[in-house]
Parts: sequence; C-alpha cells; structure tokens
Amino acid sequence: MAESLLEVRGLKKYFPIQKGWWKERLYIRAVDGVDLSISRGEVLGLVGESGCGKTTVGRLILKLIEPTEGEIIFEGKDLSKLDKKEIHSLRRSFQIIFQDPFASLNPRMTVAEIVGRPMEIHGLVDRYQRDERVAQLLESVGLQREHLYRYPHEFSGGQRQRIGIARALATKPKLIVADEPTSALDVSVQAQILNLMKELKEVFGLTYLFISHNIGVIRHLSDRVGVMYLGKVVEMGKKKGLFQSPLHPYTKALLAAVPTLDPKKKREEVILEGDVQSPINPPRGCRFHPRCRYALPRCPKEEPLFHFVEEDRSVACHLYG
Amino acid sequence: MNEKGILKTGQIAEVWRRLRRNRAAIVGGVIVLLFVFIAIFAPWLSPYPPNEGELTKRLKPPCREHLLGTDPLGRDLLSRVIYGARISLQVQIISVSIALVVGTLLGMIGGYYGGRLDNLIMRLMDILLAFPGIFLAISIIAVLGPGLTNLMLAAGIYSIPQFARIVRGSVISLKEKEFIEAARAVGEGDIDILFRYLLPNSMAPIIVQTTLRMATVLLTASGLSFLGLGVQPPTAEWGAMLSNARAYLITAPHVATVLGLAIMLVVMGFNLFGDGLRDSLDPRLRE
Repeated sequence: MAESLLEVRGLKKYFPIQKGWWKERLYIRAVDGVDLSISRGEVLGLVGESGCGKTTVGRLILKLIEPTEGEIIFEGKDLSKLDKKEIHSLRRSFQIIFQDPFASLNPRMTVAEIVGRPMEIHGLVDRYQRDERVAQLLESVGLQREHLYRYPHEFSGGQRQRIGIARALATKPKLIVADEPTSALDVSVQAQILNLMKELKEVFGLTYLFISHNIGVIRHLSDRVGVMYLGKVVEMGKKKGLFQSPLHPYTKALLAAVPTLDPKKKREEVILEGDVQSPINPPRGCRFHPRCRYALPRCPKEEPLFHFVEEDRSVACHLYG
Repeated sequence: MNEKGILKTGQIAEVWRRLRRNRAAIVGGVIVLLFVFIAIFAPWLSPYPPNEGELTKRLKPPCREHLLGTDPLGRDLLSRVIYGARISLQVQIISVSIALVVGTLLGMIGGYYGGRLDNLIMRLMDILLAFPGIFLAISIIAVLGPGLTNLMLAAGIYSIPQFARIVRGSVISLKEKEFIEAARAVGEGDIDILFRYLLPNSMAPIIVQTTLRMATVLLTASGLSFLGLGVQPPTAEWGAMLSNARAYLITAPHVATVLGLAIMLVVMGFNLFGDGLRDSLDPRLRE
C-alpha cells in the first residue's frame, strides 16, 4: 500500500448546545469516533446523508474547527501537537473547495486578490509575480487571463467554483478537501467541474478527500469510499468492491436508492423505515439498529467494531463477525 | 472592449440607478452638495467679512445691500450664514470621523471575538446609549469645558455607540459566511480577516450611518452652541448666532428665522440623502 498522507484516528467532535441558562449541557455528536486514512495520490470519497457529520470531518482535518478528541496525522505529524505557527505554515499543504461558490468568495476582492492572497500569506510570491502566477492558475482551471481583475459577482456558478478551485491550488497543496464541490451547481456544469478536478489531480499530483451525498459523483471520482452514518464510518473499501457488493445494511439501502438509467432493470428495493436518529442522543449499540432489518439481538446492546473483513475492506456491523 | 472598467462600476451604477429614482434622496443630495460647496468656498461667496459690522446698520431687514439683512451687531447675515456652514461642516466631519473610527473598531472587535470582550464593549455602549444624546454631550462638556474642540469631541463620543452596534451586527452576520472560513483555511490572520474581509463587506451600513449621523451631530452641535456650551461668539456658528438672535425675536424675526431655516435645511438634506442611500445600497433594509 502506498504511504499514507493523512491518518485520522478516533476523531470526535461534540458541539455543545445549551438549553436554558442552568440546565444540563447537551452535545450534538456530529462526529463520534471516525478512523480513516488517505494515501498519497488517492481520492477518498466520503458519502452519507446530510447531517451525518461528513462536512464536520472535513473541517476538522483542515483545523478549521478543533476536535473534541482524536488524532489527525498529516505527513506523520500529529496536528494536535503543533503550535499555531506550525499549523499556519502547514495550511499551505491542505486546502478546501467549498460547496457554495456564491458564499465562499469575498465579494469585495478581485479574482487576482482571492487567488493571490494564499500565495502572499505564505510568502510564495512578491507583489509583482502574483498576478502572473494567478493568471497561469486561472488558465489551468479553464478561466482566462482577462478575468484577473473582475469581482465574483460577474461570474456564473461554474466559473466561481473554478475560482474556488484555483484558490485551493494557489499554495500547491498536497491534500484538498472537496466539500460537496458540485452540489450547488447545475447538472451540466457538475460534470465539467468533476472532470476538471480529475484532470488537476493528475497535473498537480493531488490527493482528495471528496465529500458528497451524491453517490454518482463519488463513484465518478473516488478510488476508495467511506460511508458515514450518524457521525461514524460504517463501511469503507475500494470503490469497485463496495459498490458491487455492499456489506453494511445502510450501504445497501443507500446504493439501492440510486436511480438507474434502465427502467426495466430489476433491482432490490430497500426502503429504510423511520428517520435518522438524533445525534444528540444516538441509539445505544449500533446506531443503525432501529432502522436495520437485519438487526440481531446483540445490535442494540453492543456497538459493532470497525474491522477488516478482507484486505482494504472494513465494516462496522455484527453481521460480519 | 474594456470589460473590467464597465463591470467594476456595475454595482455603483446599480446603486446610482436606484438612488436617481428616489426624488427625496436627490433633493437631499442637492442640499448636501450645496452646503458642502458653500462651506468650502465661503470666502469667495460671502459678500462681506463675517465678523465686521456697522452698528448703525444693526438688525436691518433683508434689502438689496444685505440680502438676508443684518444681525444685532450690524454684521451681514448672509455672510455669517455662509461662514457658519464652514464651522458646521468642520464639526460634522471631525465628530463623525471620531465616532466612525472608534465605533467601527469597537464594533468589529466585539462582533468578531465575541464572548466577554464583546459583552464588555457592548455594555459600555449601552451606558452611553442610556443617556439622552444632548444630556450626554452636556456632561462631557461639563467635564472638558466649552469650546469648539470639546464640542467636536462630545458630539463624536456620543455617536460612537451607533457605529459600534451597526458594525457589530454586520460582522456577526458576516463571520459565519463561507468566505471567512475560506480565508481561515488559506491562513489569513485575524487582522487581515477584519480589514480585508469583514470591513469592506460592512461598508454599506457604515456609509448610511455616516450620512445620517452628520444630521444628528449638526443638530447637537448647534444645540450645544445655542446653550453657550459650544462654539463661542463672535465665531459665526449657527447655534450660537441663533442664541444671540433670540432676544430680538419680536423686533427682528428674520435673523432667527434665517438661522433656524439654515439648520433645518441641512439636517433635512442629510437625513433625506441618508435614507435614500440606505434604500438604494441595500433594498432589503427598507422597512
């Protein structure tokens, strides 16, 4: 296996919510014990429905929010042990592409500033080189040199997302967290952006953590896929194996919900009952058991461990040992 | 085609288009422009020196020689009103600048860092707000003593909370936006986030508040001068002159009337313009 660029162990993030002034403090367990690793040059897709904590995982890895618990090891360095200055200089190595291209660009900055600031902050260019470097970057994401001095509101959604990608690339990062980079875009533009990201990955030698609720998008881009449910990864494996023979009942249901192109094709219908349980008070044992039709007597009692069932395939379910 | 220039002005053009349709705002804007013009070119516009009069010609009603008549010391009223505009504009600019700078900084710091610091700043602002404006200004002058400098300081201090609150609100709503998170992700420091991201995006309400405050400050300043706490005679200041004219309300009503009208017009101009500016800068703010 290739050397791992990022290693995450036991990552937890609890957001406090206070009800009233002196009542007990409750926590939303947005991320509750996530392990994952990404090898250099790999695309790890993280899929799950909204509210399952996948975005929070991305923010935690980028140190945009502080984890409650757990280790994030980037290139062998434990991020929680680094001081502010070291984190700051590491920021050039990991970047993010946001979901909403209309909210993620400063409306009062020109494209040259938006894309050029990261270079300036990390001392990669002086003022005179900046615009030239930005122009090159714009061209590599499919924009033109003359877009340099325009403001974000002058661009379409797809173009804005390209600016966002150019910004993420500005510091020549190693890891890019793509947080639903296409879900705010038109379907026709989505494909363009995905292909661009695929292309850039080769050109710049990038590693992606690709977060999405869209299975089609994940399938298009990922090498490996992790499935999240209520703050935990329930299944992880190579794309092909996972899509062909999902193990975890939740993965099965998730994949069965994807519409197929052929209406005549018979497919197994898996309809989940009930709603996602609250992350404030998640079910005991396996978090999926109230909705799982294969639930065993031990499921509500014991939490299944995340374990390997074959090489590079792991699942957290009592059905598999 | 130079698209850059055209598109860059797009937002300004849009604001101007909306402003133009607002008749009250245009009237206000013209009054403000006229006022500023008069204040700047006072020495060239005024027919007589403002502080020289002939006692033989005191309290003359408007005539061809003295278009607005003369004051109790025989000085040309028109010239004094014109020079008064200078003082007013000076007080407005300096007081509002004090409030703008201090208030904006406090508001940004409170809104951005939140927590105890925010609480401390905003409670201090609440204390200032709890006093009626003129009373607060009087207290400040009571401590500092009357005079032009202290007048500007007093009017400035009592305008700080307005700016602090507006900027704080704007910063709080902006700081959760994704582009701020993006800024953090690329490694921007707090100072840069405050001045490159939050401040430029809060400009619209700041500009509106600045314009509206010009009106309030003028009213306060002339009020204080009227009470003898601000600008001292013989300086041509509208409030102080009005106070002087009060004794002659029956015998020479034109003096007080002209001064009252001048104050009213300028205050109204700034208010109309500020209201219109608010509506066109951010149509969502319209009540």
